[in-house]
Amino acid sequence: MAKVLVVAELLEGKTRKTTLCAVTAAKQIAEGTGGSFDILSIGEGAGAAAAELTGYGAGKVLKADIPGGYVCEKYGPTVAEIGKGYDVIVACASAFGKDLLPWVAAKLDAGMASEIAAVHTDAGKPRYTRPMYAGNVSGNVEILTGKHVVTVRQSEFDAATESGGSSPVEDVAIATDPAADKVEFIGVEVMKSERPELTDADVVVSGGRALKSAENFTNVIEPLVDALGAAMGASRAACDAGYVSPELQVGQTGKVVAPKLYVAIGISGAIQHLAGMKGSKTIVAINKDKEAPIAQVADYFLVADLFDAVPALTEEVKKL
Amino acid sequence: MKILVSIKRVADPDNASKLKVSSDGTAVTSEGLEWKMNPFDDWSLEAALRLTENAAEKNARVGEVVLVSIGPNDEHTQRIIREGLAKGAERGILVEADDANLDSNVVSQILKAVVDKENPDLVVMGKQAADGDSNVAGTKLAARLGWPIINYAMKISTNDDGKTLEVKRELDTGVATVKVTGPAVITTSDRILQPESVKNGITPADHQYAKLEVGGRYASLKGIMQAKKKPIDQMSLGDLGIEAKVALKYTKFELPPARSGDTTFVESVEDLVDKLHNTAKVI
Repeated sequence: MAKVLVVAELLEGKTRKTTLCAVTAAKQIAEGTGGSFDILSIGEGAGAAAAELTGYGAGKVLKADIPGGYVCEKYGPTVAEIGKGYDVIVACASAFGKDLLPWVAAKLDAGMASEIAAVHTDAGKPRYTRPMYAGNVSGNVEILTGKHVVTVRQSEFDAATESGGSSPVEDVAIATDPAADKVEFIGVEVMKSERPELTDADVVVSGGRALKSAENFTNVIEPLVDALGAAMGASRAACDAGYVSPELQVGQTGKVVAPKLYVAIGISGAIQHLAGMKGSKTIVAINKDKEAPIAQVADYFLVADLFDAVPALTEEVKKL
Repeated sequence: MKILVSIKRVADPDNASKLKVSSDGTAVTSEGLEWKMNPFDDWSLEAALRLTENAAEKNARVGEVVLVSIGPNDEHTQRIIREGLAKGAERGILVEADDANLDSNVVSQILKAVVDKENPDLVVMGKQAADGDSNVAGTKLAARLGWPIINYAMKISTNDDGKTLEVKRELDTGVATVKVTGPAVITTSDRILQPESVKNGITPADHQYAKLEVGGRYASLKGIMQAKKKPIDQMSLGDLGIEAKVALKYTKFELPPARSGDTTFVESVEDLVDKLHNTAKVI
């Protein structure tokens, strides 16, 4: 009979889709244990975001409007205070969830399982499966503390859909912590794109070091990305070299994606990159080197110079 | 400025695909794999060294970096500490513990005890260990200390020897800038290895570090020689007054299923489009 709390993630006053993946996990935990779930909308504009979340079957939607930019120590105390009344606290394993939930877990003396890929129930208690070792081992884990804190891997849980009904919205008191006074939020540069979000796209086209420049990403990769209606990704090497901005990185230390189609262009396929994309349904590699490790996971491999092949591929895709 | 950097020995992450699971599924075996310094810790060590040196004066040390590693007191853990000392850290601490009794919960308790003993101005640590991939210990440590946590730092700058720091941190959706008053816990992102990622107010602001492609700096021959003489304090959990009580229990490990099917090598762009459109039906 687990009581589950979902911590919603807001971006500019709107619910991020990451929240709905956490809702799916929460529903699974609640259903598996005969329990229920609530949602906490927290941050600037929490009221409007709470209103977006009333149709997903939550017992109630709590809101904590905290003005200003996100700082772990500003949000954490309220989540921990509310969390005292729950058995399981869930958020998406986005940069937000991975930053906030360990703090909450520490304050509540709770064990935490990160980036879970599946939920099970064993004797009425939730258990979790999580990828480890850059996705090369999968571990079934039991949280030994009475209270559980988990973050869920977005690519492993479909976004919840509205199920009708209207959960009541309640205000909650804001708690504080002295550590928050030590952090001044200066600002955030939000990367805006008309393209689908990387973690949410049906098709992802990623480029690697072999692109050689930011201009080549613009001139060679982006036309294919747009012809396919895809999201653009990149290897760590391409992000480090400044060809594209860091939030496009796919891999163990970037985003984990599992689209229907993943196209890896000029990416050799280091184990850290494979960790972020090997769950994709169909994987295409375009690379000069047919021995490149990306071949271990590729369904289709075109051995070619990307500078010839990618523009030609873009033209062919446009004809479809 | 005194910085504590935690370093963990992990089974060679570049060969993680060679890991095996014991026949009863209760253990991951890394037989045949070399123990390496967790790459994320190596990056954090690089940041800590940059914060405590004058790079324009042959990396002259102007602060102190203390390494702490938690694990079996064996040649591998000691070698990894020596490796960090050879890169420039001043001293090492080895807290002896069985891997089976460690999780992020226990690690954060141990690190808190070490911080209480050492009183550093900053803890700079890897955001995750390349084996457990948990991404929890740094934030739990900060919460236990009552210090702020700054995760995923890509740029760190200070003009007052670390009393206040301006940090750019990577988010899913962009980059946030925060000003933090120490002491604090900082974890680093991949971009911390960039030539201009760290400004400590001592190394000239226009200094460009060499471009690092994979990990932190290499040790110099002189550094390797000096490291042999640097102290490594050894202590037990009992010495720190810690009773290790894990919060997680792994009941079973499995190797994920291999991707089904072989790689089809296609001859041309037209062939590829045909396969994706008519066979895989994904475009």
